[in-house]
Amino acid sequence: MSYEEDLARIESIVSELERDDIELDRALALFEEGVERLRSASKALERVEGQVRLLVERSDGSFELADPDR
Amino acid sequence: MTARRVEELDLFGAENDRARPRRSRPRERRKASDDAAARAETAAGADPGTKPESAIAISTLTRIAKDVVEGAFTPLWIRGEVSDFKAHRNGHWYFCLRDESAQLRCVVWSRDRQRIPAAPDDGMQLCALGQLTVYPARGDIQFRVTAMEAAGDGLWRKALELSIAKLKAEGLLDVERKRRIPSFPRRIAVVTSPDGAALHDILAVLRRRCPVVEVVVVPARVQGDGAVDELVAAIERVSRWREADTVIVGRGGGAREDLWAFNDERVARALAACEVPTISAVGHEVDVTLCDMVADLRAPTPSAAAEAAAPVLADLASQLGARATAMRNALQRRAMTARTRLQRESRDLRFAATRGCERRRSRLENTAGRLNALSPLATLARGFAVARDDSGRTLISRTGFAAGMHFRLTLRDGEIGATVDSGGEGTVPDTTIE
Repeated sequence: MSYEEDLARIESIVSELERDDIELDRALALFEEGVERLRSASKALERVEGQVRLLVERSDGSFELADPDR
Repeated sequence: MTARRVEELDLFGAENDRARPRRSRPRERRKASDDAAARAETAAGADPGTKPESAIAISTLTRIAKDVVEGAFTPLWIRGEVSDFKAHRNGHWYFCLRDESAQLRCVVWSRDRQRIPAAPDDGMQLCALGQLTVYPARGDIQFRVTAMEAAGDGLWRKALELSIAKLKAEGLLDVERKRRIPSFPRRIAVVTSPDGAALHDILAVLRRRCPVVEVVVVPARVQGDGAVDELVAAIERVSRWREADTVIVGRGGGAREDLWAFNDERVARALAACEVPTISAVGHEVDVTLCDMVADLRAPTPSAAAEAAAPVLADLASQLGARATAMRNALQRRAMTARTRLQRESRDLRFAATRGCERRRSRLENTAGRLNALSPLATLARGFAVARDDSGRTLISRTGFAAGMHFRLTLRDGEIGATVDSGGEGTVPDTTIE
């Protein structure tokens, strides 16, 4: 699940939760899912610093990310 | 082929004055095919061309003239107005360059055309780089053009306009084709020169805004020979790889002619075909390149491209925080509504229950009152008594009594046993029990 998908899901959970006619059971289930999504989205923001890599294509057409200083 | 010794006119030996034909020593020459005429002339024994007997063949003269002219002129830039332009089916271009009083036939061989952006139009003022030569088949002086520039970038403009028209006709410039740039990419590919300022700028911006994004450099020359090929190859590589969320293709600012690779149709087509959403970043504020038109997003500079490609990490964090709060608030509100409703329901229930009880009780009391009013006990309270025989039958007439009979009297506050003294005499008023 990508950060964007997580965020979009959280948005829709919030808007459904904000409706007055929602069943309480459903509201609780949605909230639990929302918390899970929040956790996964936050994780995406906490990854280690992204590095600068070089895209190298091997002769067999496969790809490799190389260290640019090498 | 067998080398053959032939006699040859060497009218213009390398060490000699080229302008003056003179007789020369015969010398060895390996090329046999073109010198049959020369042999014949030498055989005549006179200075070539001085007598009818030593007349020179046209092909000889034109060949020599060609050598002379080509030797006399290094490649030059010339200037003039284009006329009689013709693109031949064999790929060569023919036209004249002229000024007020003279004109010169020009040719562009098809193999030389790749360095020229577009065919010139008649009437265009042109500077052409080329070699003055002789075209033996016609005996014409001819200028063999290898590069040309029109006033005001005319040829580049024209080439660009042609390409734009073509791409537009194919729908590659349609707004509907533009894809959304992912707002939170994990990986950004950058197609640019690995040691250019553009890459430096992009990395600096990304590091500042969103250090968690991985940057993958796909090196390509961005100007000069081979730039187009390398840009196309790099873009296609990113497209095949597919692991990037966004690709930035660009270079830092430069002179107009340095940006030309980004106006190349092949680069633009590679960009249009790229599987990954594209951002063009050609650092030239004035000119919009072909790549800018084709890319999903045009950024004016590489730094701007990086800003468009990645969000500010801190913003994302606060965005997430806001969502979390909104969710919590919504749930709390929902729970509160539920609790309020529950309280109201339970109060209603209690109220309804209480009211029901009271109603029943008051009815009961009412009934009890009425019952009480009818009760014989009230009569007893007033001092009357009820007589019953031992079997409990009420004795309401003297005929029920017999002397010595045992019976019971019920009074207001209880019963007593009694015995009849004498039976059935006298008149007692009828006793009525109300």
